[in-house]
Amino acid sequence: MSSPPLLRGTPPPAATTADDPRREADLPEVVTRIREHVVRMCASDEGGHLGGSMSLVEILAVLYFRVLRHDPCFPGLPERDVLLLSKGHGGIGLFATLCEAGYFPAGELAGYARPGSHLTAHPHPGIPGVEMPSGSLGHGLAVGVGYALAHRLDESGRRCFVVMGDGELQEGSVWEAASVAAAHRLGRLTAVVDRNGLQISGSTEMVGALEPLADRWRAFGWRVLEADGHDTEALTAALTLAPDPHRPTVLIAHTVKGKGVPRIEGQARSHYAKLSRRQELQLLKALRAEAEARR
Amino acid sequence: MTTLTAPPPAAPAAEDTRSAREVHRDTVARLLPREERLVVLDSDTGLFNGVDFGLAADRYLNLGIAEHTLMGAASGLAREGRIPLVHTMAAFASSRALEAVKLDIALNNLPVLIAATHAGVSAGHLGPTHHALEDLATLRVLPHMTVVVPGDPAQTAELLRQALACGGPVYLRLGRGATPALPADAEPPRLGRAQILRRGGDITLAACGPYPVLAALEAAELLAADGIEANVLHLHTVKPLDTPALLEALGDQRTVITVEEHWAAGGFGSAVAEELSAVRPVQVHRIAMPDAFVQVAGSQRLLLEQGGVSAPAVADRARRALDTAQGGTR
Repeated sequence: MSSPPLLRGTPPPAATTADDPRREADLPEVVTRIREHVVRMCASDEGGHLGGSMSLVEILAVLYFRVLRHDPCFPGLPERDVLLLSKGHGGIGLFATLCEAGYFPAGELAGYARPGSHLTAHPHPGIPGVEMPSGSLGHGLAVGVGYALAHRLDESGRRCFVVMGDGELQEGSVWEAASVAAAHRLGRLTAVVDRNGLQISGSTEMVGALEPLADRWRAFGWRVLEADGHDTEALTAALTLAPDPHRPTVLIAHTVKGKGVPRIEGQARSHYAKLSRRQELQLLKALRAEAEARR
Repeated sequence: MTTLTAPPPAAPAAEDTRSAREVHRDTVARLLPREERLVVLDSDTGLFNGVDFGLAADRYLNLGIAEHTLMGAASGLAREGRIPLVHTMAAFASSRALEAVKLDIALNNLPVLIAATHAGVSAGHLGPTHHALEDLATLRVLPHMTVVVPGDPAQTAELLRQALACGGPVYLRLGRGATPALPADAEPPRLGRAQILRRGGDITLAACGPYPVLAALEAAELLAADGIEANVLHLHTVKPLDTPALLEALGDQRTVITVEEHWAAGGFGSAVAEELSAVRPVQVHRIAMPDAFVQVAGSQRLLLEQGGVSAPAVADRARRALDTAQGGTR
C-alpha cells in the first residue's frame, strides 16, 4: 500500500472568529441553561442519563459555541466541522446543547421521551444536528476516521471531533479505530474523552481499568492534551489548538459525573435518574442561584 | 458423516477462468480511476495492491485488520458524499462487523458496497472460522440492505456496476475460488430480477449461488429423465427478492425447492418461504447446508456435496415432494 498523503497545505480550522456573535455569547449562562434543560428532561416520565450528560456540558458548549464551524439553520452545511457524540448516553446533554445553539426550539425538549417524540434517550440522525446514531458504545471513533479520511481526500480543511465517554474506552473497537487513525495520520481528527471516572457499576478503574490513560493514547500514536473539563477557557484553548498534521489529537477532559447536582455529584448512581418534581424545582433553583451569584 | 458422492466433473468456462473475486478486483481497478466518488477500503485481504490503481491510489485505503473500523469509516466517508467499496471476508462482514453495518451503514441508508469474499464454504480447507453460512440471514434482515449473490464471474462485474449505482447499502457475496460459468444468458443480469434458466410445468427449482444453481440445473436434467419437467430460476438478488417472477414461474404448481450455500435458517430458502407464504399456499423445501459447523477440509464443491447441496439431493427432494403432494400416486 502506498503511504497516505499528508495534509496538502490546508488552512487551520476556522473556529468561530472573534467577530462571530456566538463567540461573544455568555458561555457560563449557556452552560447553566443547558444544565437546566437536562434537569427538566430527567424529570420526565422516563427520566434520563443525568450524570454523563451533566459531565460533558462544558465540552459540548465550548465546541458548539466556540470551536465548530456549523450552521443550525443548515445542519448539513457542506463546510461544517463534524461533531460525533460517540457516548450516546450523553444524548440529552447533546439535545440541550443543540437546542441552545439553535437547532430546534426548547418546546421540542419538553417532548423528550414522550410517545411520538424524535428525542429518544440516545441520539439518532432523525434529530437535527445529529450526525450518527450512538448509544451502542465504541462506534464514534471509527466513523470519525471515515469523516477525517473524506475531509483529507476533499482537501477541505474541515475538522472532526468525536466526544467519547471514558467507560466507552473499554470497547475494543475504540482502540482498533485509534490505531487506524494514527496509522493514517489523521491530523484533523480530535477525540475528546469525558473522563469522569464512573460508569453504571462504579469506578472505571474498578470495572475495567483505563489508567494510565494518557500513556495509552500516546502509545497508539496520538497527541495527548489534558484539561479540566469544566473550565471553559481551558477547553477552548485545547480545542482551538492547531491540529498536528501527523497525528490525531485526544483531549482528556477531567470531569465530574453529575456535575451541578450536588447530592449525586461524583457518584455512579447519577448515571440515570428520574427526578421528582420537587427535586427538579430544587435543582433549577440552585442552578439559577449559582448563575446569579456569578454575575 | 454424509457419504461422499463423486462430484460432477468440473467444467471451467472456456472464456474466463478467473474467480468472481478476481473479476471483482479487476472491475474495481478499472472503475476507481473513472469514478471520482468511489473509495476502495480494504482490511488487509490481500486482494489489492495500491499500485493497481495508478493515479487514483489515494482513494485506495487499506485500514488493516480492523473490520468494525472498516464499516465505521465507510459510514463517515459515505456521509461526506463518497461511495465506499469495502472489502473483507464474508465471515467477518456478517458477524464480527455486523453491528457497525447495522448502525453505521444501514440505519442511515448509506451507499456503501460491502464486497464479501470467501462466502459459504468457498474457503474450503481454511475451516469453520472462514466459512460464512449465516451471512444471508444476518444481512438480509437489515432495513435498506440489498443482498446480491452473483452466479458466476461474468455476472459479478455486471452486478457490481449495478449495485454501485443503486444508492443504498449493498452486500455483494463472492466466493474464493473459480466456479464454472452458468449457461449464457441472452440478457445481462439485472439487479432484483430473477433469471429463468429453464422452464417446466411440474415443479420449480429456485437457486442462489454458483454451485446451487448448477446443482438445480443438473437436477432438472435428472428429473427430466424421469419425465418431470422443472423450472429453474436463478435469484442472484436475495433482497429484494423477485417474488413476481417466482409466482409467474410457479403458475399453478404447488412446490418450490430452494437450493443455497447457506445454513437453512434464515437464508435464501427462508426468504422465499417468507415471501410466498403471504401470497400462495406453496410448499417450500429448502436444500441447504445442515445445521452444523463444517469441520473437515475440502473443496467448496466437495463440502457442498457432503452437506447435501447437490444435484442428486435436489432431484430426490423434488421427487419426494411431488409424491407427497400427489398422495404417493405419481
